Amino acid sequence: MKPPLFRYARPDSIDGVLRLLAEHGGGARVLAGGQSLVPLLNFRLARPDVLVDIAMVDELSRITIGGGGLRIGASVTQRAAETSDDVARHCPLLSKALPLVGHLQNRARGTVVGSIAHADPSAELPAVALVLDATMAVRSATAERIIPAGEFFLGPFTTALEPDEMLAEVRFPTETTARTAIEEIAPRSGDFAIAGLAGRLTTTGGGRVRDAALALFGVGSVPQRLPEVERLLEGEEVTSEMLAEVAHITRTTARSGSEDIHADAAYRARVAGELTRRVVEEMAA
Amino acid sequence: MKPVPEPTGSLAVSMAVNGRAVERTVDSRRLLADLLRDDLRLTGTHLGCEHGVCGACTVLVDGQPVRSCLMLAVQADGCEVTTVEGITPEDGLSPMQQAFKDHHGLQCGFCTPGFLMTLAGVEPEDHPDEESVRELLAGNLCRCTGYEGIVDAVMAAWDRSG
Repeated sequence: MKPPLFRYARPDSIDGVLRLLAEHGGGARVLAGGQSLVPLLNFRLARPDVLVDIAMVDELSRITIGGGGLRIGASVTQRAAETSDDVARHCPLLSKALPLVGHLQNRARGTVVGSIAHADPSAELPAVALVLDATMAVRSATAERIIPAGEFFLGPFTTALEPDEMLAEVRFPTETTARTAIEEIAPRSGDFAIAGLAGRLTTTGGGRVRDAALALFGVGSVPQRLPEVERLLEGEEVTSEMLAEVAHITRTTARSGSEDIHADAAYRARVAGELTRRVVEEMAA
Repeated sequence: MKPVPEPTGSLAVSMAVNGRAVERTVDSRRLLADLLRDDLRLTGTHLGCEHGVCGACTVLVDGQPVRSCLMLAVQADGCEVTTVEGITPEDGLSPMQQAFKDHHGLQCGFCTPGFLMTLAGVEPEDHPDEESVRELLAGNLCRCTGYEGIVDAVMAAWDRSG
Protein backbone atom coordinates (compact mmCIF):
# COMPACT_ATOMS: atom_id res chain seq x y z
CA MET A 1 0.00 0.00 0.00
CA LYS A 2 2.83 2.38 -0.85
CA PRO A 3 3.45 4.03 -4.20
CA PRO A 4 5.86 2.32 -6.58
CA LEU A 5 9.09 4.04 -7.56
CA PHE A 6 8.64 6.99 -9.87
CA ARG A 7 10.43 10.20 -10.67
CA TYR A 8 8.85 13.54 -9.87
CA ALA A 9 9.08 16.96 -11.43
CA ARG A 10 7.43 20.22 -10.50
CA PRO A 11 7.75 22.73 -13.35
CA ASP A 12 6.64 26.30 -12.66
CA SER A 13 5.15 26.91 -16.11
CA ILE A 14 2.54 25.20 -18.22
CA ASP A 15 5.11 25.06 -20.97
CA GLY A 16 7.36 22.99 -18.71
CA VAL A 17 4.50 20.61 -17.86
CA LEU A 18 3.67 20.11 -21.53
CA ARG A 19 7.29 19.54 -22.54
CA LEU A 20 7.65 16.84 -19.89
CA LEU A 21 4.44 15.18 -21.11
CA ALA A 22 5.75 15.33 -24.68
CA GLU A 23 9.06 13.83 -23.62
CA HIS A 24 7.67 11.01 -21.48
CA GLY A 25 4.33 10.40 -23.23
CA GLY A 26 2.37 7.50 -21.79
CA GLY A 27 4.95 7.04 -19.01
CA ALA A 28 4.04 10.38 -17.45
CA ARG A 29 0.99 11.33 -15.43
CA VAL A 30 -0.15 14.77 -14.36
CA LEU A 31 -0.43 15.11 -10.58
CA ALA A 32 -2.89 17.74 -9.37
CA GLY A 33 -4.53 17.05 -5.99
CA GLY A 34 -3.72 13.35 -6.06
CA GLN A 35 -7.02 12.24 -4.52
CA SER A 36 -7.60 9.74 -7.33
CA LEU A 37 -4.05 9.19 -8.56
CA VAL A 38 -2.37 8.54 -5.19
CA PRO A 39 -4.82 5.74 -4.26
CA LEU A 40 -4.07 4.19 -7.66
CA LEU A 41 -0.36 4.49 -6.88
CA ASN A 42 -0.83 3.03 -3.40
CA PHE A 43 -2.70 0.07 -4.90
CA ARG A 44 -0.10 -0.04 -7.69
CA LEU A 45 -2.86 0.07 -10.25
CA ALA A 46 -0.92 2.95 -11.80
CA ARG A 47 2.84 2.71 -12.32
CA PRO A 48 3.93 5.89 -14.04
CA ASP A 49 7.63 6.55 -14.69
CA VAL A 50 7.21 10.25 -14.11
CA LEU A 51 4.74 12.35 -12.14
CA VAL A 52 4.41 15.93 -13.32
CA ASP A 53 3.11 18.04 -10.44
CA ILE A 54 1.22 21.14 -11.63
CA ALA A 55 1.00 22.82 -8.22
CA MET A 56 3.62 25.45 -9.04
CA VAL A 57 1.97 26.63 -12.26
CA ASP A 58 0.24 29.88 -11.36
CA GLU A 59 -1.87 30.15 -14.49
CA LEU A 60 -3.58 26.82 -13.75
CA SER A 61 -4.66 27.90 -10.27
CA ARG A 62 -7.32 30.42 -11.21
CA ILE A 63 -11.08 30.70 -11.40
CA THR A 64 -11.94 33.32 -14.00
CA ILE A 65 -15.03 34.65 -15.72
CA GLY A 66 -14.48 35.34 -19.36
CA GLY A 67 -14.68 33.92 -22.86
CA GLY A 68 -16.39 30.56 -22.62
CA GLY A 69 -17.97 31.25 -19.25
CA LEU A 70 -16.67 30.23 -15.85
CA ARG A 71 -13.16 28.91 -16.39
CA ILE A 72 -11.59 26.62 -13.82
CA GLY A 73 -7.88 25.90 -14.06
CA ALA A 74 -6.41 22.47 -13.57
CA SER A 75 -5.05 23.01 -10.07
CA VAL A 76 -8.12 24.71 -8.54
CA THR A 77 -9.18 22.57 -5.60
CA GLN A 78 -12.74 21.41 -5.16
CA ARG A 79 -12.83 23.20 -1.83
CA ALA A 80 -11.73 26.48 -3.43
CA ALA A 81 -14.49 26.14 -6.04
CA GLU A 82 -17.04 25.11 -3.38
CA THR A 83 -16.37 28.29 -1.41
CA SER A 84 -16.02 30.60 -4.43
CA ASP A 85 -18.59 33.38 -4.81
CA ASP A 86 -17.96 33.41 -8.56
CA VAL A 87 -18.84 29.73 -8.84
CA ALA A 88 -21.96 30.19 -6.70
CA ARG A 89 -23.11 33.13 -8.81
CA HIS A 90 -22.23 31.94 -12.29
CA CYS A 91 -22.49 28.17 -12.05
CA PRO A 92 -24.87 27.24 -9.21
CA LEU A 93 -25.07 23.59 -10.25
CA LEU A 94 -21.33 23.19 -9.73
CA SER A 95 -21.71 24.76 -6.27
CA LYS A 96 -24.48 22.29 -5.44
CA ALA A 97 -22.49 19.32 -6.72
CA LEU A 98 -19.20 19.98 -4.96
CA PRO A 99 -20.32 19.15 -1.39
CA LEU A 100 -21.24 15.69 -2.72
CA VAL A 101 -17.69 15.03 -3.95
CA GLY A 102 -15.82 12.81 -1.49
CA HIS A 103 -15.28 14.21 1.98
CA LEU A 104 -14.08 17.60 3.17
CA GLN A 105 -10.55 16.20 3.54
CA ASN A 106 -10.53 15.02 -0.08
CA ARG A 107 -11.94 18.25 -1.43
CA ALA A 108 -9.20 20.24 0.31
CA ARG A 109 -6.70 18.64 -2.10
CA GLY A 110 -8.74 17.20 -4.98
CA THR A 111 -9.30 19.37 -8.01
CA VAL A 112 -12.37 20.04 -10.15
CA VAL A 113 -10.47 19.43 -13.37
CA GLY A 114 -8.67 16.35 -12.02
CA SER A 115 -11.97 14.69 -11.17
CA ILE A 116 -13.23 15.34 -14.69
CA ALA A 117 -10.01 14.08 -16.29
CA HIS A 118 -10.10 10.97 -14.09
CA ALA A 119 -13.55 10.11 -15.52
CA ASP A 120 -14.75 7.82 -12.78
CA PRO A 121 -18.22 6.62 -13.92
CA SER A 122 -19.58 7.29 -10.42
CA ALA A 123 -18.20 10.81 -10.09
CA GLU A 124 -20.41 13.88 -9.90
CA LEU A 125 -18.33 16.47 -11.76
CA PRO A 126 -18.15 14.71 -15.15
CA ALA A 127 -21.96 14.61 -15.14
CA VAL A 128 -22.12 18.29 -14.22
CA ALA A 129 -19.80 19.08 -17.13
CA LEU A 130 -21.96 16.99 -19.44
CA VAL A 131 -25.30 18.47 -18.43
CA LEU A 132 -24.02 22.04 -18.71
CA ASP A 133 -22.31 21.45 -22.07
CA ALA A 134 -18.97 22.46 -20.60
CA THR A 135 -15.94 22.50 -22.84
CA MET A 136 -12.53 21.03 -22.18
CA ALA A 137 -9.48 23.17 -22.97
CA VAL A 138 -6.83 20.60 -23.80
CA ARG A 139 -3.18 21.42 -24.38
CA SER A 140 -0.08 19.66 -25.58
CA ALA A 141 3.39 21.02 -26.32
CA THR A 142 2.39 21.50 -29.96
CA ALA A 143 -1.36 22.13 -30.05
CA GLU A 144 -4.42 23.32 -28.21
CA ARG A 145 -7.91 22.01 -28.80
CA ILE A 146 -11.37 22.34 -27.34
CA ILE A 147 -13.38 19.19 -26.71
CA PRO A 148 -17.10 19.37 -25.85
CA ALA A 149 -18.01 17.42 -22.71
CA GLY A 150 -20.25 15.21 -24.85
CA GLU A 151 -17.20 13.92 -26.73
CA PHE A 152 -14.79 13.75 -23.82
CA PHE A 153 -15.84 10.70 -21.80
CA LEU A 154 -15.12 7.52 -23.75
CA GLY A 155 -15.31 4.83 -21.08
CA PRO A 156 -14.61 4.13 -17.42
CA PHE A 157 -11.53 6.18 -16.52
CA THR A 158 -11.00 6.82 -20.23
CA THR A 159 -11.21 10.17 -21.98
CA ALA A 160 -10.35 11.71 -25.33
CA LEU A 161 -7.04 12.98 -23.91
CA GLU A 162 -3.89 11.77 -25.70
CA PRO A 163 -0.87 10.74 -23.57
CA ASP A 164 0.98 13.98 -24.30
CA GLU A 165 -2.05 16.16 -23.55
CA MET A 166 -3.36 17.66 -20.35
CA LEU A 167 -6.76 19.04 -19.47
CA ALA A 168 -5.68 22.59 -18.68
CA GLU A 169 -9.05 24.16 -17.98
CA VAL A 170 -12.75 23.35 -17.95
CA ARG A 171 -15.15 26.06 -19.10
CA PHE A 172 -18.68 26.01 -17.74
CA PRO A 173 -21.24 28.18 -19.54
CA THR A 174 -22.49 30.74 -17.04
CA GLU A 175 -26.02 30.17 -15.84
CA THR A 176 -28.45 32.85 -14.87
CA THR A 177 -31.99 31.77 -15.66
CA ALA A 178 -31.85 27.99 -15.65
CA ARG A 179 -32.97 25.95 -12.70
CA THR A 180 -30.57 23.23 -11.70
CA ALA A 181 -30.47 20.34 -9.27
CA ILE A 182 -28.35 17.33 -8.40
CA GLU A 183 -29.31 14.31 -6.34
CA GLU A 184 -27.51 11.08 -5.59
CA ILE A 185 -27.95 7.91 -3.61
CA ALA A 186 -24.83 6.64 -1.84
CA PRO A 187 -24.37 4.11 0.97
CA ARG A 188 -22.94 6.87 3.18
CA SER A 189 -22.38 10.57 2.79
CA GLY A 190 -19.19 11.07 0.79
CA ASP A 191 -19.13 7.60 -0.72
CA PHE A 192 -19.28 7.05 -4.44
CA ALA A 193 -22.86 7.18 -5.63
CA ILE A 194 -24.84 4.09 -6.60
CA ALA A 195 -26.59 6.47 -8.96
CA GLY A 196 -26.87 10.20 -9.30
CA LEU A 197 -28.48 12.72 -11.60
CA ALA A 198 -27.66 16.30 -12.47
CA GLY A 199 -30.25 18.45 -14.22
CA ARG A 200 -30.74 21.81 -15.84
CA LEU A 201 -34.11 23.17 -16.91
CA THR A 202 -35.55 26.41 -18.25
CA THR A 203 -39.23 27.28 -18.30
CA THR A 204 -41.50 29.48 -20.36
CA GLY A 205 -43.59 32.15 -18.72
CA GLY A 206 -46.56 29.82 -18.83
CA GLY A 207 -45.06 27.19 -16.56
CA ARG A 208 -44.00 24.89 -19.35
CA VAL A 209 -40.55 23.46 -19.86
CA ARG A 210 -38.59 25.30 -22.53
CA ASP A 211 -35.66 22.93 -22.52
CA ALA A 212 -34.22 20.34 -20.20
CA ALA A 213 -30.91 18.56 -19.83
CA LEU A 214 -30.26 15.58 -17.57
CA ALA A 215 -27.03 13.67 -16.96
CA LEU A 216 -26.95 10.39 -15.10
CA PHE A 217 -23.87 9.04 -13.34
CA GLY A 218 -22.95 5.81 -11.55
CA VAL A 219 -25.20 3.69 -13.75
CA GLY A 220 -23.30 3.16 -17.01
CA SER A 221 -19.64 3.19 -17.95
CA VAL A 222 -19.71 6.93 -18.63
CA PRO A 223 -21.97 9.77 -17.52
CA GLN A 224 -24.92 9.85 -19.90
CA ARG A 225 -27.50 12.34 -21.05
CA LEU A 226 -31.10 11.17 -21.15
CA PRO A 227 -32.31 12.38 -24.56
CA GLU A 228 -35.69 10.63 -24.48
CA VAL A 229 -36.57 12.26 -21.17
CA GLU A 230 -35.24 15.64 -22.27
CA ARG A 231 -37.35 15.57 -25.46
CA LEU A 232 -40.47 14.43 -23.65
CA LEU A 233 -40.25 17.33 -21.21
CA GLU A 234 -39.82 20.06 -23.79
CA GLY A 235 -42.92 22.20 -24.16
CA GLU A 236 -44.79 20.29 -21.47
CA GLU A 237 -45.96 20.97 -17.95
CA VAL A 238 -44.41 18.96 -15.16
CA THR A 239 -47.41 17.13 -13.76
CA SER A 240 -47.44 14.09 -11.50
CA GLU A 241 -48.21 11.95 -14.58
CA MET A 242 -45.19 13.45 -16.32
CA LEU A 243 -42.99 12.69 -13.32
CA ALA A 244 -44.08 9.05 -13.36
CA GLU A 245 -43.43 8.92 -17.09
CA VAL A 246 -39.89 10.36 -16.91
CA ALA A 247 -39.01 7.95 -14.09
CA HIS A 248 -40.23 5.05 -16.20
CA ILE A 249 -38.30 6.17 -19.28
CA THR A 250 -35.05 6.55 -17.37
CA ARG A 251 -35.50 3.16 -15.74
CA THR A 252 -36.05 1.46 -19.07
CA THR A 253 -33.71 3.39 -21.38
CA ALA A 254 -30.62 4.31 -19.36
CA ARG A 255 -27.53 2.42 -20.44
CA SER A 256 -26.51 0.43 -17.41
CA GLY A 257 -23.67 -1.93 -16.73
CA SER A 258 -22.15 -0.81 -13.45
CA GLU A 259 -22.49 -3.51 -10.84
CA ASP A 260 -20.76 -3.97 -7.53
CA ILE A 261 -21.30 -5.22 -4.00
CA HIS A 262 -23.64 -2.30 -3.27
CA ALA A 263 -26.04 -2.57 -6.19
CA ASP A 264 -26.67 -4.58 -9.33
CA ALA A 265 -27.58 -3.05 -12.68
CA ALA A 266 -31.34 -3.46 -12.23
CA TYR A 267 -31.30 -1.71 -8.87
CA ARG A 268 -29.20 1.14 -10.23
CA ALA A 269 -31.72 1.60 -13.04
CA ARG A 270 -34.58 1.78 -10.52
CA VAL A 271 -32.66 4.31 -8.45
CA ALA A 272 -31.97 6.32 -11.62
CA GLY A 273 -35.69 6.41 -12.39
CA GLU A 274 -36.54 7.67 -8.94
CA LEU A 275 -33.78 10.28 -9.09
CA THR A 276 -35.16 11.53 -12.41
CA ARG A 277 -38.53 12.06 -10.77
CA ARG A 278 -36.96 13.89 -7.84
CA VAL A 279 -34.62 16.11 -9.86
CA VAL A 280 -37.26 17.13 -12.42
CA GLU A 281 -39.77 17.80 -9.66
CA GLU A 282 -37.25 19.91 -7.75
CA MET A 283 -36.37 21.95 -10.84
CA ALA A 284 -40.00 22.51 -11.82
CA ALA A 285 -41.10 23.54 -8.33
CA MET B 1 12.78 28.74 -23.12
CA LYS B 2 13.42 28.00 -19.50
CA PRO B 3 14.98 24.62 -18.74
CA VAL B 4 12.48 22.04 -17.59
CA PRO B 5 13.27 20.46 -14.20
CA GLU B 6 14.64 16.95 -14.57
CA PRO B 7 12.33 14.36 -12.99
CA THR B 8 13.97 13.03 -9.87
CA GLY B 9 13.69 10.10 -7.48
CA SER B 10 14.25 12.23 -4.41
CA LEU B 11 13.94 15.86 -3.49
CA ALA B 12 15.04 18.22 -0.71
CA VAL B 13 11.97 19.63 1.01
CA SER B 14 11.39 22.04 3.85
CA MET B 15 8.21 22.47 5.82
CA ALA B 16 7.00 23.49 9.24
CA VAL B 17 5.69 20.58 11.28
CA ASN B 18 3.90 21.60 14.46
CA GLY B 19 5.69 24.92 14.24
CA ARG B 20 9.18 23.43 13.87
CA ALA B 21 11.21 23.80 10.70
CA VAL B 22 11.93 20.44 9.07
CA GLU B 23 14.38 19.98 6.23
CA ARG B 24 14.79 16.55 4.69
CA THR B 25 15.65 14.88 1.45
CA VAL B 26 12.79 12.51 0.76
CA ASP B 27 12.08 9.89 -1.88
CA SER B 28 9.60 11.20 -4.43
CA ARG B 29 7.26 8.34 -3.61
CA ARG B 30 7.33 8.94 0.16
CA LEU B 31 3.86 9.61 1.54
CA LEU B 32 3.46 12.55 3.90
CA ALA B 33 2.09 10.10 6.49
CA ASP B 34 5.28 8.04 6.34
CA LEU B 35 7.48 11.11 6.60
CA LEU B 36 5.59 12.10 9.74
CA ARG B 37 5.52 8.68 11.34
CA ASP B 38 8.78 7.04 10.31
CA ASP B 39 11.16 9.94 9.75
CA LEU B 40 9.88 12.43 12.32
CA ARG B 41 8.55 9.80 14.76
CA LEU B 42 5.23 11.60 15.06
CA THR B 43 3.32 8.38 15.46
CA GLY B 44 0.08 9.98 16.58
CA THR B 45 -0.90 10.11 12.91
CA HIS B 46 -2.31 6.66 12.20
CA LEU B 47 -2.46 4.83 8.91
CA GLY B 48 -5.56 2.72 8.41
CA CYS B 49 -6.69 2.11 4.86
CA GLU B 50 -3.98 3.99 2.94
CA HIS B 51 -6.38 4.92 0.19
CA GLY B 52 -8.22 7.88 1.58
CA VAL B 53 -11.34 6.27 3.03
CA CYS B 54 -10.85 5.85 6.78
CA GLY B 55 -9.53 9.27 7.78
CA ALA B 56 -7.19 8.00 10.53
CA CYS B 57 -4.24 9.78 8.89
CA THR B 58 -5.92 13.20 8.77
CA VAL B 59 -3.54 16.11 9.45
CA LEU B 60 -3.75 19.83 8.76
CA VAL B 61 -1.82 21.20 5.79
CA ASP B 62 -1.87 24.99 5.76
CA GLY B 63 -4.79 24.79 8.17
CA GLN B 64 -6.98 22.45 6.12
CA PRO B 65 -7.70 18.84 7.08
CA VAL B 66 -6.26 16.46 4.47
CA ARG B 67 -5.49 12.77 4.10
CA SER B 68 -1.76 12.38 4.72
CA CYS B 69 -1.88 8.97 3.00
CA LEU B 70 -3.00 10.65 -0.23
CA MET B 71 -0.35 13.34 -0.23
CA LEU B 72 3.26 12.91 -1.20
CA ALA B 73 5.81 14.40 1.16
CA VAL B 74 7.21 16.39 -1.78
CA GLN B 75 3.78 18.00 -2.22
CA ALA B 76 4.01 19.37 1.30
CA ASP B 77 7.20 21.25 0.47
CA GLY B 78 6.82 24.79 1.82
CA CYS B 79 3.66 23.97 3.77
CA GLU B 80 2.69 24.16 7.43
CA VAL B 81 1.75 20.73 8.70
CA THR B 82 -0.02 20.12 12.01
CA THR B 83 -0.42 16.67 13.55
CA VAL B 84 -2.29 15.56 16.65
CA GLU B 85 0.91 16.13 18.64
CA GLY B 86 0.71 19.77 17.60
CA ILE B 87 -2.76 20.34 19.05
CA THR B 88 -2.10 18.51 22.33
CA PRO B 89 -1.11 20.63 25.33
CA GLU B 90 2.16 19.89 27.14
CA ASP B 91 0.12 18.84 30.14
CA GLY B 92 -3.34 17.37 30.08
CA LEU B 93 -5.78 17.40 27.22
CA SER B 94 -7.30 19.97 24.91
CA PRO B 95 -11.01 20.71 25.48
CA MET B 96 -11.97 18.50 22.53
CA GLN B 97 -9.73 15.67 23.71
CA GLN B 98 -11.24 15.96 27.20
CA ALA B 99 -14.73 15.88 25.69
CA PHE B 100 -13.90 12.67 23.80
CA LYS B 101 -12.75 11.15 27.07
CA ASP B 102 -15.79 12.36 29.02
CA HIS B 103 -18.34 11.22 26.44
CA HIS B 104 -16.88 7.84 25.50
CA GLY B 105 -15.81 9.21 22.13
CA LEU B 106 -13.15 6.52 21.85
CA GLN B 107 -12.52 2.95 22.78
CA CYS B 108 -9.41 1.58 21.06
CA GLY B 109 -8.35 5.08 20.04
CA PHE B 110 -6.93 4.23 16.62
CA CYS B 111 -9.25 6.59 14.76
CA THR B 112 -9.17 9.35 17.38
CA PRO B 113 -6.26 11.46 16.03
CA GLY B 114 -7.99 11.63 12.66
CA PHE B 115 -11.25 12.82 14.20
CA LEU B 116 -9.41 15.39 16.30
CA MET B 117 -7.55 16.77 13.30
CA THR B 118 -10.68 17.02 11.19
CA LEU B 119 -12.33 18.92 14.03
CA ALA B 120 -9.25 21.12 14.50
CA GLY B 121 -9.42 22.22 10.87
CA VAL B 122 -12.99 23.50 10.73
CA GLU B 123 -14.97 26.38 12.14
CA PRO B 124 -17.68 25.24 14.58
CA GLU B 125 -20.13 27.80 13.17
CA ASP B 126 -19.93 26.06 9.77
CA HIS B 127 -21.43 22.99 11.43
CA PRO B 128 -24.21 24.46 13.51
CA ASP B 129 -26.34 21.41 14.30
CA GLU B 130 -26.02 17.71 14.96
CA GLU B 131 -26.81 16.75 11.38
CA SER B 132 -24.05 18.94 10.00
CA VAL B 133 -21.64 17.59 12.63
CA ARG B 134 -22.46 14.05 11.52
CA GLU B 135 -21.93 15.08 7.90
CA LEU B 136 -18.55 16.55 8.83
CA LEU B 137 -17.52 13.37 10.64
CA ALA B 138 -18.52 11.13 7.72
CA GLY B 139 -14.97 11.32 6.43
CA ASN B 140 -13.61 9.53 9.50
CA LEU B 141 -14.43 5.92 10.30
CA CYS B 142 -14.68 4.50 13.84
CA ARG B 143 -15.29 0.79 14.43
CA CYS B 144 -15.71 0.92 18.20
CA THR B 145 -18.05 3.63 19.32
CA GLY B 146 -20.93 3.63 16.87
CA TYR B 147 -20.26 7.37 16.65
CA GLU B 148 -22.81 8.39 19.29
CA GLY B 149 -20.13 9.21 21.86
CA ILE B 150 -18.09 11.10 19.29
CA VAL B 151 -21.04 13.24 18.26
CA ASP B 152 -21.86 13.86 21.95
CA ALA B 153 -18.25 14.91 22.55
CA VAL B 154 -18.27 17.40 19.68
CA MET B 155 -21.62 18.84 20.71
CA ALA B 156 -20.34 19.29 24.26
CA ALA B 157 -16.97 20.74 23.25
CA TRP B 158 -18.73 23.21 20.98
CA ASP B 159 -21.18 24.16 23.76
CA ARG B 160 -24.24 22.70 22.12
CA SER B 161 -27.03 21.17 24.10
CA GLY B 162 -27.56 17.63 22.88
